[in-house]
Amino acid sequence: MPKLRRIAISAFAVLLAFFSSNFSAIAAPDGKALFQSNCAQCHNPVKDATGPALKDKDKSFPTKDWVYGWVHNSSAVIQTGDKFAVDLYNQWGKTQMTAFPQLSKDDIDAILKYVDNYQPPANTLATSPGNSTSGNTEVDNNGWVYTMITLSLLLLVIILWKANLALRRTANEKSGIPNEKEIPLYRNRLVIAIVVILTFIFCGYWLVNGAISLGRQQNYQPSQPIFFSHKVHPGINQINCLYCHAGAEKSRQAMVPSPNICMNCHKQISEYSGEKEHPLYNAEGKHIDGTAEIHKLYDYAGWDPAKKEYRRDALGNIITRPIAWVKVHNLPDHVYFNHSQHVKVGQVQCQRCHGPMQDMDEVYQFSPLSMGWCINCHRQTQVQFTNNNYYSIFEQYHKELKEGKRTGVTVEDIGGTECQKCHY
Amino acid sequence: MSQKQYWKGLEELQQPEAHVQATENEFKEELPFDLSDNLLNATTPRRDFLKFLGFSTLAATLVASCEMPIRKVIPYAIKPEDITPGVPNYYASTFTDGGDYCAVVIKTRDGRPIKIEGNELSSITKGGTSARVQASVLNLYDKARLRHPYAEGNEATFDAIDRRIKEGLAVNTQSVYLLTSTIISPTTNEVVTQFLAKYPNAKHVTYDAVSYSGMLLANEASYGKRALPTYHFDKAQTIVSLGADFLGTWLAPIEFAKGYGLGRKINARDLRLSRHYQVEANHTISGANADHRATCKPSEQGAVAVALYNAIVNGAKPSLSTNALNELVMGAAADLKKGNGLVVCGCNDVATQTIVNAINDKIGANGTTINWALTSNYKQGIDADMVAMVEAMNNGQVGALLMHGVNPSYTYFESKKFDAGLAKVPVTVSFAERMDETAQKCKYIVPDHNYLESWGDAEPKPNYFSLQQPGIAPIFKTRAFQDSLLMWAGASNTYGDFWKQFWSTKLGGEAGFDKALQDGVIEPVGAMPTGGGSFAGNVSDAMAKIQMSKPGAMELVVYQTIAIGYGGAWSNNPWLQEMPDPITKATWDNYACVSPLRAKQLGAELSSQTEVDAKKRVIIIKANGQEMKLPVVVVPGMHNDVVAIAVGYGRDPKVGRAAANTGKNAYPFLSFNGQTFVNHAPVSIDKTAEFYEIAITQTHHSYEARPIVHEFTLYEFSKDPNILLKERKEEIGAFTHVPWLDEKDGAHEEGGKEKTTDAKALAERDSTSEFDGMDEGFRENGTMYPNYISPGLHWGMSIDLNSCIGCGACVIGCQAENNVSVVGKEHVLLAHEMHWLRIDRYFSGMPDDPDTIQTVFQPMLCQHCDNAPCENVCPVSATNHSSEGLNQMAYNRCIGTKYCANNCPYKVRRFNWMDWNGADCFDDNLYEDYRRDDMNDDLTRMVLNPDVTVRSRGVMEKCTFCVQRLQEAKLTAKKANRPMQDGEARTACQQACPTDAIVFGNVNDKNSAIYKLRKQQQRERMFYVLEHIHTLPNINYLAKIRNTDMIVAGNENKDGMYMEHI
Repeated sequence: MPKLRRIAISAFAVLLAFFSSNFSAIAAPDGKALFQSNCAQCHNPVKDATGPALKDKDKSFPTKDWVYGWVHNSSAVIQTGDKFAVDLYNQWGKTQMTAFPQLSKDDIDAILKYVDNYQPPANTLATSPGNSTSGNTEVDNNGWVYTMITLSLLLLVIILWKANLALRRTANEKSGIPNEKEIPLYRNRLVIAIVVILTFIFCGYWLVNGAISLGRQQNYQPSQPIFFSHKVHPGINQINCLYCHAGAEKSRQAMVPSPNICMNCHKQISEYSGEKEHPLYNAEGKHIDGTAEIHKLYDYAGWDPAKKEYRRDALGNIITRPIAWVKVHNLPDHVYFNHSQHVKVGQVQCQRCHGPMQDMDEVYQFSPLSMGWCINCHRQTQVQFTNNNYYSIFEQYHKELKEGKRTGVTVEDIGGTECQKCHY
Repeated sequence: MSQKQYWKGLEELQQPEAHVQATENEFKEELPFDLSDNLLNATTPRRDFLKFLGFSTLAATLVASCEMPIRKVIPYAIKPEDITPGVPNYYASTFTDGGDYCAVVIKTRDGRPIKIEGNELSSITKGGTSARVQASVLNLYDKARLRHPYAEGNEATFDAIDRRIKEGLAVNTQSVYLLTSTIISPTTNEVVTQFLAKYPNAKHVTYDAVSYSGMLLANEASYGKRALPTYHFDKAQTIVSLGADFLGTWLAPIEFAKGYGLGRKINARDLRLSRHYQVEANHTISGANADHRATCKPSEQGAVAVALYNAIVNGAKPSLSTNALNELVMGAAADLKKGNGLVVCGCNDVATQTIVNAINDKIGANGTTINWALTSNYKQGIDADMVAMVEAMNNGQVGALLMHGVNPSYTYFESKKFDAGLAKVPVTVSFAERMDETAQKCKYIVPDHNYLESWGDAEPKPNYFSLQQPGIAPIFKTRAFQDSLLMWAGASNTYGDFWKQFWSTKLGGEAGFDKALQDGVIEPVGAMPTGGGSFAGNVSDAMAKIQMSKPGAMELVVYQTIAIGYGGAWSNNPWLQEMPDPITKATWDNYACVSPLRAKQLGAELSSQTEVDAKKRVIIIKANGQEMKLPVVVVPGMHNDVVAIAVGYGRDPKVGRAAANTGKNAYPFLSFNGQTFVNHAPVSIDKTAEFYEIAITQTHHSYEARPIVHEFTLYEFSKDPNILLKERKEEIGAFTHVPWLDEKDGAHEEGGKEKTTDAKALAERDSTSEFDGMDEGFRENGTMYPNYISPGLHWGMSIDLNSCIGCGACVIGCQAENNVSVVGKEHVLLAHEMHWLRIDRYFSGMPDDPDTIQTVFQPMLCQHCDNAPCENVCPVSATNHSSEGLNQMAYNRCIGTKYCANNCPYKVRRFNWMDWNGADCFDDNLYEDYRRDDMNDDLTRMVLNPDVTVRSRGVMEKCTFCVQRLQEAKLTAKKANRPMQDGEARTACQQACPTDAIVFGNVNDKNSAIYKLRKQQQRERMFYVLEHIHTLPNINYLAKIRNTDMIVAGNENKDGMYMEHI
């Protein structure tokens, strides 16, 4: 039961996240999110980075329209010979700013509003362990409470039944009806038989289930060499999953990003600024210093944050070493799984298998990754039958669809549950 | 008559008791069960069984309940831009080994080469490969490779070695020798020139272990060019080969097989077929493919050439040793005169080659099938130079000797003399990649890169270039041979820079260079230039020389096997060691091949003479003052007075574990005739009392003489192209329709009959119309079970028995692609070999008359039956059918009952008797055998294909149609939002095949090559093996058409033997 509840609750959470993200898209642009996903690679609100610190910078700009033009295509502005623009360009080492034609004027306004109101995080660490218990443990507590209630109710039933029995015996004695000889429960043959059968069934069930779940690691949540929070990255900062896991659309492996991918952003972002809104705690409830974790990354990547450059050896190679992450999602060697088949061709959302990654500070295995779980999905999920020309060879199904004899084509219909789709 | 009596070996022909028993027992071991009545007294009583059961359940529970191991995922520190983990990268490159050449594409996964494919852009090899090219990727991960340079047997740094060698060379400038095998790389030649310029008196000697000096010298005398021409086997209508195994080992088999394959393609509407005559002493695959074959002693080859010359020039009747030879020469002469003829000769004798040149000149081959406008650089070694150098060494006239690509201590005929000379040379340097026989005796070893690790190039023919780029950074502390030479020549640049500059200049800048590197080949625009040569050889002198040669009563011929070749690194390649020889089907050893008659005369009793017993009689062989003991293997089709021994075996243990103690070295049997090396000699043989086991696979997985192959003469086929269709109809026609349903359609049928006159024109246009619907009808009505429906894809394969030459490239291609295990000799003896694809070789004819022997090759792999017998018997449904027509095998579901293997009529299922590759979780299960242990080394395991499961002990496996490739091709199409294209999904065997005998594709696609082939082009030749048992295979074969007047049937009285088995 607790499992079901958990699934239900998490499903609800996914739905909620889905809706809330949708709503936010309709509502006024979120300056912070826009800033984090577009600007933060080169700009810090209060510190000069690749580009200037942005807080109150807009006040020095000639006009609002100038700002829009600059953000949409800075090189065009520079080419017009605009003095302010040329000066700015030269002042910042002739580094051209990336063009953001996709940002609307509202978006730009929202970003500027956000940076202008930005307050650098206080250095004192917020220590409020009240928030530390994660959703999971709450669910577990609830389960425990329900078990206790059930057990006490059961006890109550037994006591009442005993009392009832005793009362009947007394009543019988009073009315002179002879009572049957009392046999203690543990010598009652029926009870013994029932207990034996129940034990057998229960043990068998437990054994079989245990055997089936051997090698499965649902909810496996190892601690990692760097406390990388998915909640902070794809969650709060809305970084696209595929930005880091670039292999998911191309390869069987989604690819864990190499440190140089991290450094694309973290050359600028050298401290964790979300301490107030989202202090970090690991599964044991220990507070994590986000800035220290970023510096662990620098250590791996060979970045000297003080000098703002890579440490290099005599030959000019960056002194770096790979990060040995602990693998969370493990499949047996005889299973072939291809991310690109699911993400690119099947258009499956990452969360469908990996769960609410955007809410996980530390990643845990959300799905059982069992064969039954795979097969169930393959039975129910419809392929992109009419959207992908590959499926045009299935003439029979197309005919049936046209004639209205079928509503869709599932993965199973095109052979997606056959052994050699995953085992070879 | 398509069904003659075929036999895999003499045991199948003669059916001795032991063979009958062997074929009845599917698995060689006794089953470990005691079936006596008294169960409790049995060796494994019920109580013990229960004890074991309980214990193992408990043990498994304990082991399994241990904690899951923590697995790490370690991304790159800095990811290279062009590598996506999990996605293979392909690099065009070039395979060269001595003068052997193949344009290849290297498949790398995560930075390591795992598979070699042919490069289809090359107009020379045209995407073909050989077994050795396919296996070359394993050499890269050979554990026996040297890991650092050596100076006097100790590890040394390059700096130290360079200093000492430079000093040594400075002292000995007057007599520096550079000894190499044939170099076909233009930049390497430049480097050698630079090196020689630094040491002005230095000499460069080219020495090929297997020599082609005879041809080079004869061509120099005949045409004024010390070169080899280009042979156009594709244009040849008549091919006469005198002892040249041009499909297996002679000169450039990949190139020749491509051309030869084109001439062997035939269909009912185009009956042109080249005719191939072969005269040879031993039995080669070229002889096996020949339409007409006769045997002669190797010393008689010259006489045969002279007879052929005379027959062509003046129609003289030959008077050779046998009638078969005389007839063959007359027939060949008549055909050659028709034009488009081609005569090749494998003999290393200048006089014989001169006569062959004269014949080619007389029949007008020069300019048509022999191209002198485009020569070949494959072989350049001149034997006399090598002999002179060894003399000089022994006279103390050599101050320094640098050796690359050669191993004279092993391959030189007087290796003792060479070794003695080597000891007198003050500075000896070997560039060997392993501690081979010569390197052991050298002062310095500066190991060269593997070809997959180095930059380079090749010029197989003038102006036809091929670039070589590495697929991996050097694994060990090795250095390119050219870098060493440049360093010692005092050059300041590295070979890499030199190479880059050379090609950038030549190709006009970066863009041209990039394109060339991507393509891998640089070729002149337009068709190959063709041109003849004017023959100016001295025929009468050559004839006089040939007449002087005296035949021995018994002769020895030394040959190369298709797998191991001349030796080199190949001897230590477990894939090649375990590849069954196409003719003898033997693995892991060399042996003395003799004819059945000779074996009888030797007194080798039946069990040893035939192949039932692995124990072979050992004989003692005396020739050229050498003596050697080798086991006898009986090969039908060998000349009765010839013994053949392969080179490449008998290696030093330091060459590697697979090479160690396999067979004997046959090179000492060579001799030098003052001009060239001679590979044959008079011999005397004697039997000994000893026996030696040879692992021969020929009767493993036997069909017990059921009809498998269909073969026709060209005459039969042209007379009635529907002959096979008729045979098939006779066999399955009764099951193609349901009688009571026909009655209903009776009226319709009669109407049809009336129309026949109108439809006559139609019927003539398509004479096969009477067989329309036969296949479909049989599929539907030949069974009570429902039919499998394939809604989207339905994979099918076709194998052309006419163009299959039996070379074995597919066997190794499959092994490399699918992580097929090597089992070692001990287990081959037990019929445990794991090859998913085997090539069955059938003989027909009279065993005692080698000239009557005809041979057919038939690649046999899982037929992916749509009504598969194996699927029905699996108790756990581990093998079942897919909607794409694949017979699937789920390893993790298999419990190893082997029922499927029992029930498979094609005998293509392989059981993992041992944990060959460390796939089990229990380390102690790992099978060990000193010969193949290196296969489990961490280094060697890098060759494994990560997309294919490594199977563990106790499961069945078999061909999957390379399902990983099919899935990948489908995914590529899906990602590109388009239907799959024909030819996009190719199996490893198909891709490896040098003659394009294998066609593969989606049968549901009416535009696919496989559909057209089955329904239109090759309708008449197509058949399924054991079709009548209604297994509905997805592999079809195309009947063999022999361009001859007669198919030799042999013991006609025993024909029909198979009938009683059906």
